[in-house]
Amino acid sequence: MAHRQQVLILYLANSALDSRVVSWAMYDGTGEDEHLPGDSDVPPYASGLAALRDGWRLIQMSQLVPPAPGREFTVSYQRYEFLFEKWLPMPDRDEGPPSS
Amino acid sequence: MHLPPQLLSTREVATFAARGFLRFDGLVDAELNDAFLHEFEAGFARPKPAGTPLAECYAPGSGIARLLGLPRVRGALHSLLGPGPIFDHHFFHVLDGRPSRPQPLHQDSTIDTRRAFDVQLFYYPQAVTEEMGGTRYLPGSHLRLVNEASIARYQNVLGQEHLVCPAGTVLLFHHGLWHGGGQNRSGQRRVLFKLRLQPSVPQHRHWDTSDLGASVLDPQPIFVPGAWDESDIQSILCTSERWYEDDTQRLEYINRVQLWRYLLGDERADAHYWSTRVENEQHRAG
Repeated sequence: MAHRQQVLILYLANSALDSRVVSWAMYDGTGEDEHLPGDSDVPPYASGLAALRDGWRLIQMSQLVPPAPGREFTVSYQRYEFLFEKWLPMPDRDEGPPSS
Repeated sequence: MHLPPQLLSTREVATFAARGFLRFDGLVDAELNDAFLHEFEAGFARPKPAGTPLAECYAPGSGIARLLGLPRVRGALHSLLGPGPIFDHHFFHVLDGRPSRPQPLHQDSTIDTRRAFDVQLFYYPQAVTEEMGGTRYLPGSHLRLVNEASIARYQNVLGQEHLVCPAGTVLLFHHGLWHGGGQNRSGQRRVLFKLRLQPSVPQHRHWDTSDLGASVLDPQPIFVPGAWDESDIQSILCTSERWYEDDTQRLEYINRVQLWRYLLGDERADAHYWSTRVENEQHRAG
């Protein structure tokens, strides 16, 4: 059986996985749902840990990088990015004609 | 009759420094909104080249000139930009009635490291309903140094605003404010006129400073329970946004102080000691 990936990106309030979600994005490889910019004002989970408990698999978290000299006070991209995935089974696409 | 400009107050300018925008709901009356839309249908004159003084850009009596001549608009632009602003560009962002995809979050233009800032005027001559895909914007994002559409991955952010407004609403954005067009699901056309202006002078104290007391520059006691005054300038500059990371919010305050110092034209200014503390570098004598 084929599988398709769902990707969930959570941006958290600090480097701890159980800190609160401040921003989020989702991409659904199954084609069941389409997630668009601005489509929700409520985070899908309260924290990264809550996503783990709902079956999401953590595959990457942002590193803690010391600020570059001279750029210590620069604010830029969101700092605490946590990337999760799920793999969902999909009906086989090449099943062929049903046998008689 | 040319009415005098209505300048911004110190609190309004501090709010702009802290949150990156000011919003004036229903500022423009129905007659001018209708006239503006009528001119839009007929086709406005070709815009002047970027870099032209704003005063030379629009024919007197035209819809855009009348919009810019409103005392509140003229006063707010003068307060933030000073005299003699420079035309950068204007554009009509039109979502026709067909279903559209929302625009991802972005900063306009490109990486911009100035402490000086441009102002982007957003004018909505029609009422914007929730279904019409009003501009989505993120309060307090204007000082984040990012590059245009690189932030498109941030589909949703806590505290994002979706503009729903009466006809004649005007927003003034710091050039760095993250924003994006919404999704039009209404079947109705949505028209937005956007105008980017640059300063031609240092943006120091061009607003109504009559409410600017000496205490703005004075250090204040900090971390005093119950002493938070939301209308106090330093408190306005140190009010967090829901989406800030726990540690980054203090860096945001320091960056706001930098902008506030520029607006005041006074490098001593601070807010709740955040900048002064880390600038206290005592040099060894001799």
